[in-house]
Order: sequence, then C-alpha cells, then structure tokens
Amino acid sequence: MTDYRQKYQMTPVIGWLLKDRGGMILLGILIAAAILVPLSNLLLPESSAFHVPTWMVSLLGKYLCYALLALSVDLIWGFCGILSLGHGAFFALGGYAMGMYLMRQIGDRGVYGDPILPDFMVFLNWQELPWYWYGFDMFWFAIVMAMFVPGLLAFVFGFLAFRSRVTGVYLSIITQAMTYALLLAFFRNDMGFGGNNGLTDFKDLLGYSLQSDGTRAGLFVASCVFLGVCYVLARGITQSRLGKVLIAIRDAESRVRFTGYRVEYYKLFVFTVSAVMAGIAGALYVPQVGIINPGEFAPALSIEIVIWVAVGGRGTLYGAVLGAFIVNYAKTFFTGAMPDFWLFFLGGLFIAVTLFLPKGVIGAVPAFGSADRQSIITAWRKRRANEGGKA
Amino acid sequence: MYATVLFTLGFGASALWRCLSVRLGLTILYFIFPFAFKGLVIMRNDMFSMLRRSPFCIQQARKAVLGFGMLFACLLIFATALPKGAMAYSDEELRIVAEGLNAKSATTKIKVIEEMAADGDPRVAPILRAMLEGDLYVRESDEHIVITRKQGKVYTHIDIVSGEEVGESGSGEISKIKVNNRLRGVLRDALATLNLFSPDLTTRTNAVEQIMDARDPAMLPLLLRAIDREENETLLARMELARATMALAAGETTEERLAAIEVLSSETTPQIRAVLSQFVASAEAEGYEPEVVAAAEDALESVEGRLSTWQTVGDVYRGISLGSVLLLAAVGLAITFGVMGVINMAHGEMIMIGAYTTFMVQQALGSFLPSGSAWSLVISVPAAFLVAGAVGVVIERCVIRFLYGRPLETLLATWGVSLVLQQAIRTIFGATNQQVTAPDFMSGAIEFSTGLVLTYNRLWIILFSIIVVAGIAAVLRYTAFGLQMRAVTQNRRMAGSVGIRTGYVDALTFGLGSGIAGIAGVALSQISNVSPNLGQTYIIDSFMVVVFGGVGNLWGTVLGAFSLGIVNKFLEPMAGAVLAKIFVLIALILFIQKRPKGLFALKGRAVEA
Repeated sequence: MTDYRQKYQMTPVIGWLLKDRGGMILLGILIAAAILVPLSNLLLPESSAFHVPTWMVSLLGKYLCYALLALSVDLIWGFCGILSLGHGAFFALGGYAMGMYLMRQIGDRGVYGDPILPDFMVFLNWQELPWYWYGFDMFWFAIVMAMFVPGLLAFVFGFLAFRSRVTGVYLSIITQAMTYALLLAFFRNDMGFGGNNGLTDFKDLLGYSLQSDGTRAGLFVASCVFLGVCYVLARGITQSRLGKVLIAIRDAESRVRFTGYRVEYYKLFVFTVSAVMAGIAGALYVPQVGIINPGEFAPALSIEIVIWVAVGGRGTLYGAVLGAFIVNYAKTFFTGAMPDFWLFFLGGLFIAVTLFLPKGVIGAVPAFGSADRQSIITAWRKRRANEGGKA
Repeated sequence: MYATVLFTLGFGASALWRCLSVRLGLTILYFIFPFAFKGLVIMRNDMFSMLRRSPFCIQQARKAVLGFGMLFACLLIFATALPKGAMAYSDEELRIVAEGLNAKSATTKIKVIEEMAADGDPRVAPILRAMLEGDLYVRESDEHIVITRKQGKVYTHIDIVSGEEVGESGSGEISKIKVNNRLRGVLRDALATLNLFSPDLTTRTNAVEQIMDARDPAMLPLLLRAIDREENETLLARMELARATMALAAGETTEERLAAIEVLSSETTPQIRAVLSQFVASAEAEGYEPEVVAAAEDALESVEGRLSTWQTVGDVYRGISLGSVLLLAAVGLAITFGVMGVINMAHGEMIMIGAYTTFMVQQALGSFLPSGSAWSLVISVPAAFLVAGAVGVVIERCVIRFLYGRPLETLLATWGVSLVLQQAIRTIFGATNQQVTAPDFMSGAIEFSTGLVLTYNRLWIILFSIIVVAGIAAVLRYTAFGLQMRAVTQNRRMAGSVGIRTGYVDALTFGLGSGIAGIAGVALSQISNVSPNLGQTYIIDSFMVVVFGGVGNLWGTVLGAFSLGIVNKFLEPMAGAVLAKIFVLIALILFIQKRPKGLFALKGRAVEA
C-alpha cells in the first residue's frame, strides 16, 4: 500500500483535503451548521434573534438533501461527462425505500387501523403485503435498500448503456426515458407504491415522532453528516488515479479507450456510486418533507438538478452544493412571493448560465480555479473556428 | 316524418270535407269531369263559366284543389314510405279500440295496448307514447280520447284519429287515463314493437338493434311479421340475423337451430360472438343436441377468427393513427436534431405555439366565419408555420448559435427557453385549456359493424402527416435551400468555402424545424387539449421517435414513428395503456444499446462529430 502511494505520489487524505480550499470551507460550514442550527433551534427561546425556527431547520435539511443530489450529479457530469437527465429516479427510489419503512412504522395508527397493511392497500382491498414490502419494517433493511436499489438500477442501466457506447445526448435521452418509464409505473396503483398519492402520513422514525423538533434537528444533523461524508468520498474519487482517468474520459473518451483503458468500467463505477448517493439523498429527504410521490420521477425535475450543478459550477463538487442552495432558495422565494415569475427565472437561469457562466458562480470568483475571463463571444468565435466542421 | 304525414293527411282530409259539405259540392264534379272525359279545352271553358257565375266559386275551387293535392301527396308518401299492410284500422275502428284504453282494469288496458301495438297502424304509436307520458285524456263532453299538450293552464286537445287540434280546455273538462308501473312496462314494449313498423327507416333499424340486444323470444312472432313487410334489403338482413339469434335458443327443431347457426356464422360482429358463446356455454345446462352444439362451436370459432383479424386491422389502424401523431410531433425535431445536431428541448413548445396560433386564428376569424368552418384551420396552417418558425429563428440567433458543438449545453439552454415560453403562454392565456372547435369535415366517424370505428379527425391527421413529410422531403430534395442545408450538414467548412452562408442556413433550418412543429400544433390542437403543457406531453415521445429512427434520416423518423405507434397499440389490449407505454420505453432503451445510433445510422466520420 505504501509503495503504491509513493509510486504515484498520492497525497494522503488529509493532505488533499487541506489543498481543496472550497471543500474546506464547505466542510467547515457543514460542521458549524450541524452544531449551531440544532442548538439554536432547541435551546434558544423563540424570542431570541438567533433562534432558528423549526420550519427553517426542515427547509435547510431539504436543501442539504438537494445539495447531496447535486453533488452526485456533479460527480458524473462534472468529472466524467455523463449528463444524466434521470437522476431524480435514483433520488425517488431511495425516497420510496425510506417511505416504505415509514409506512410500516405507522402500524395500526392508520385511518383503517390495519396492523400490517398500509392504508392505501386496505383501500385497494389488498389482502396481504406484496413480497417486495417484506423487510421494510426494519430500519437497517430500508437504509440498505435505499442504497442498493438505486445502485442496482444504475449498475444494470449503466452496464447496458456504457457497454454499447451510448454517449452524450443519446445517453441523456435514454436516462430521461428511464425516469419517465418509472414515473408512469409508479403512478399505477397496481405497483403497490400508493399510486398517484405516493406514501405519506408518516408518524415516526425509529420511535421518534417526525413532528417533534428534536427529530427534525436530528435529521438535519444527519443530512449535514451525510453530505460531508459523501463530499469527502466524491473528492477522494476525483483526486485518485481513477479520478484522473474519469476526467480524461470526459475530455477525450475515444483517446482514453485507445490508450487501453476499459472506459465502460470506469463510467459504470462512478455512475453507480453517484446513484447510491442520490438514493441516500432521497432517503434523507422523505422524512423531512413527509411525503414521497411519483412526481419526484418527473423528467423536468431531473433536468432541474442539472441546472443546480451548472449554476454552482460544474466539476467542482462544492459548486454543486452552492448551486443547489442558490437555485432552491430562489425557488422558495419566487414560488412564495411571485409564483408566476418562477419559471421565467428558472428558464432565464438555464439560458444565462449556459451562455454567460459556463463555469457557474464558482467560476466567476477568481479565487476559485481558473475562471475563463474571455468574453463569451470570443470564446464562441474561437470554438467555431476550431470545430468548424463538427457542428 | 311520422307526425308530418299524419298532419298533412289530416289537413288534406279536413279541407276536402269542408269543401264537400258546403253548397258548392258540385264544383268538384266540374273539375273531375273535364279531366276524365272532355279534355283541357272544355275544362277551361267550364272554369271560365264558373268564374262568371260567382267569385265565391273560385275560393271554393282553390280549396278543393288544395285538398285533393294534399290527399294525393299523402297517399303518395304513404305508398312509398309505409310498409305493406299498415293502416289496418279504419278511423272508426281506431276510435273504438282506443276507447278500450280507458277501461277500468289494468288487464283490459294491457290487452288493448297489445292489440293496438300488434296491428302496426302508424297512428297508434303517438297514442301510446302520450299514454306513457301521461298526456292521454278522456274529454268529458263527448267521451272522446284525446292527446293533450299543456300550455300553462290550457290543455290543447289533439284528436287521436286525425291528429288535428280539436279544441282546448282547462283541466276540469278532461280526465286523465291512469297508468301504473306495470302498464308503463307494457307500453314501452309495445312502443318498441311498433317502431318495427314505423315508416321511418332509422326508427325501424334502431328497433331491430334493440331486439338483437334483448333477445327476448316473445318478440319473435312480431319480428317475423316485420320481416314479411320489410322492403329495405339491409334492414331485412339485420332482421334475419335478429331472427337467427332468437331462433338459436327458442327454435323448436334441430334443423331450425342449425339454420340459425348457419345464418349467424356468416356474420362478423362482437354481438354475434356473444350470442354464440352464450349458447355454447349454456348448451350443457339446456341439453341441446350434440350436433347443434358442435355446429355452434365451429361457427363461434370462425366468427372469432374473423373478429380477431378485424381486431388486428383495428390495432394497425390505431397504431398508424398514433404513429401519425408521433410523426407530426417528431418530424420537426428530425430536422433540428437530426440534420443540425441541435437538441431542441423547446420543440414541444413550438408545437404548443402552433396550437395557440390555431386558437388565435379561430378567435380572430370567429366573427366572420360560421363555427365549424374549415377556413380558420386552413389559414392556421401557414400562420402557425410563420409564427413558430419566427420564434425558432429568434431562438437560434439569440441562444443556440453560441452553443454549436456543445450539445449538452444546448440541451440545457433550450430547456430554459421551453420553460420561459411555457410560462409566457400561461401568463398571457391562463393555465386553463383553450377551446379549439373542430371543423365539420373533421367530426364524425365511419363505423363498421365489426366494431371498427374510423374517426374523421384521425384520418385527416394521418393524411396531413403524410403531406407534411412529403413536403419536407420535397423541400430537402428539390429546392436550393434544401441543397444548401444538406451541404452544411455534410461538411460545414466546405459549404462555407463554396459560398454558402452557413449561419444563415442554420437559422433557416432551425426556423423550418420549428415551423413544422407549429404545423403539427395545428393538427394536434384537434385531438388534445390546448394548454401550456401541450408541448411537454409530446417532447419525450418525439425524442424517442427520432432516436429510434436514427439521426439525420427523415425516413428513419417516419418508420420509427409508425412502428412505435403500432407496437404501442398492439401492446395496449394486452397490458393496458400505461404498461404498454412503459414496455415501449424499456424496449427503446434496450434497442439503443443494440443500435446506439438508431435504425438508420449515419456511417463514417460524420458520426463522431
């Protein structure tokens, strides 16, 4: 192991983390938030200026889940050039796994009072639990499934897609088809996932009521921790030798293949890891918002995730987190203050970011990385000159 | 029709009667006489002499002519329209029989009703209908039975024999003929059988269909009589069929049943299949003869075989219909994505703009054109092309041209454009669906007895999609613009070198693709809701079609659209609409693994770009 490190001059984890300025700031903020926000929510009186209300804790927790989702997309799009327009599917699958556990926790407190069957099954006149609902009364099983199911889907899907070299736009379109097919499937009552209404009316998690401040603060801390851990993991992957290969694949896939690398395995690995992260994000998201329904599979939502990454700054990881916070805060603001304006803003953001901020908000800050200071028009002229025949 | 005949008959008869009853009854003879024996000259002379005699004559004569003419016309109508043997009651008989409706006991009433219904006189039906609706009264002054029409507090009396208005009164002078539920049932049955003898073909046809559905053996004798009287060939065939369905269960002898099965097996409708399978299923319980059952099973098999062929034909048609919709939605994309390599996520919104243009044109022309006019749709086609095309050119010049060679960024930017357009439409027109009325030539359907229904709007859309594709193919193949477009697609730099303004061609190509999406919007406004979400429903399907067909190939798109449509419709009966769609999506995902560049892939170095 030591030889290996010396041979490739890999810095130990602490070393490259210290070098990663944006990452250090992010982790710092996360640790601070994980300590301060619950404390101020639980200990400070409501009259205090520093008191964080419970709804704010839940909202921030939701943003953290989105941030984790954005991180997972940045890992494949920013570092491997795989633009998945179906990442919402992995997120939703993770969410459904958690939702199923929460449904089983309701027990006989449902409207129909059936000790085993969730309400919607009683409503549909089902007599017994479908086989795929077994085991979800155990928390550990639900957590494993929240990671395993998205991971498995990504593995199978990725294996088929990458093996036959489906790349670029084609891959984007079939990932979209995948999430669309899942959307249609989950809308069906026969699937046994609550159909249109999805899973809701959750009561408690591991015995703690989901309504209580303490549980919400706990979920917030968990979201911070998972985001931090996943960030370090993603950074570790991109810093490693494998990460270099990924970046090489992003920039010149054919060349990497001709050099002798099995491009599809690298892609498959990072795609699966990313899907697992998205699944975790979904599992953390559901108890905080209290509902999961097929709407989360909507292709439009998956495309929105990509814009979070693009706004923050593609290929930086911390940029994705920042982008998720910016866009979602804007969404909360606009849908509250002027709902008609939200889609104008979001649409404008898509156009403006791709045209004027190709490296996102982070790229515009000179301290972070090499911001492209050429005007957009010059860059475009240059590209047209270089790639003349390719458009 | 029925009422008119009665009315004219009544009016004619009464006019004639009035004429004869006045003192100049001889006038009539003067008219008939010259017709029969003396010829026109004498008649003219006589007319002159009559004129000279008294001016009053002329009035009477005119009335007489009118009366004769009307009577003659009525007879003519009756002779052609009525089935043989109708008009069985004379006026007096009808009046006497109808008196029986006022009998004390319900049983007697039922007997009378059945007797009247079995007779088939066309005047019976209005009487029974009035009785059913509680409009049949007895006039206390002369004990005559009258149909009444109530207006405010005044009851207008209508004579049951002549069908004329014969006076009016308050409610005190008439008493209602009472009807209970049992009688109502009998009346309904009687009316149904009466319809079999109605002079109106549609009424008779409907009555036969009703009998077919009910398959009540009690109707058989009546049906047989109707068959004797029927002259219309088509209806006669239907009646024979109805008789066969009844004879199957109610037939007395083996031969009768076998004959019935013979008749039935020549038909191909879901109804007959139901009749036969019901017969086969109940064969054991009823103890039918084995050879009859065997024959029925054979017949059932052959009917089912033919029906399944028709089912297949229907599926193919529905598939083509869906395919043409997909084709319309995707063909614009085939140009922007296929020819230019631009991922236009705002493509669906171009369709939406086309649909809204249709709506606008219809609103604008609404005051000049009658509703249902085809002109607003005809004008919408170029209007939608221009509007959507113009929007497309603006998008290309403002956004997309900066992103050539970066397909993923193009995808995101055009997605942004699509969101802005959607919200713009929602802000301007509101989120609700807009009503686009279909022109007359697009409403209605051709129906086959086998259950296949071809609606005109779908047929027009199929035709329209073919025309659009042919138009595009012609533009690409025969025009200078098409040539330049192909040149730029194949080798941008070389095209530029020989003097083609590539940027200009790009903009126009994108405009063409968008304009065609707009045209698709005109067609789709006829079959789906015109709402801001219209584009979203088609965008994924359109991409699937283009990707499946292969980029850069118009025929691939055509083939892709139709095969996806047909596969979808074949799966639908087996799995349901949603599952069929899911299967198609999964199949597509797997298909792309096998042929990453679609059915008709471009080969060579162009692919890597």
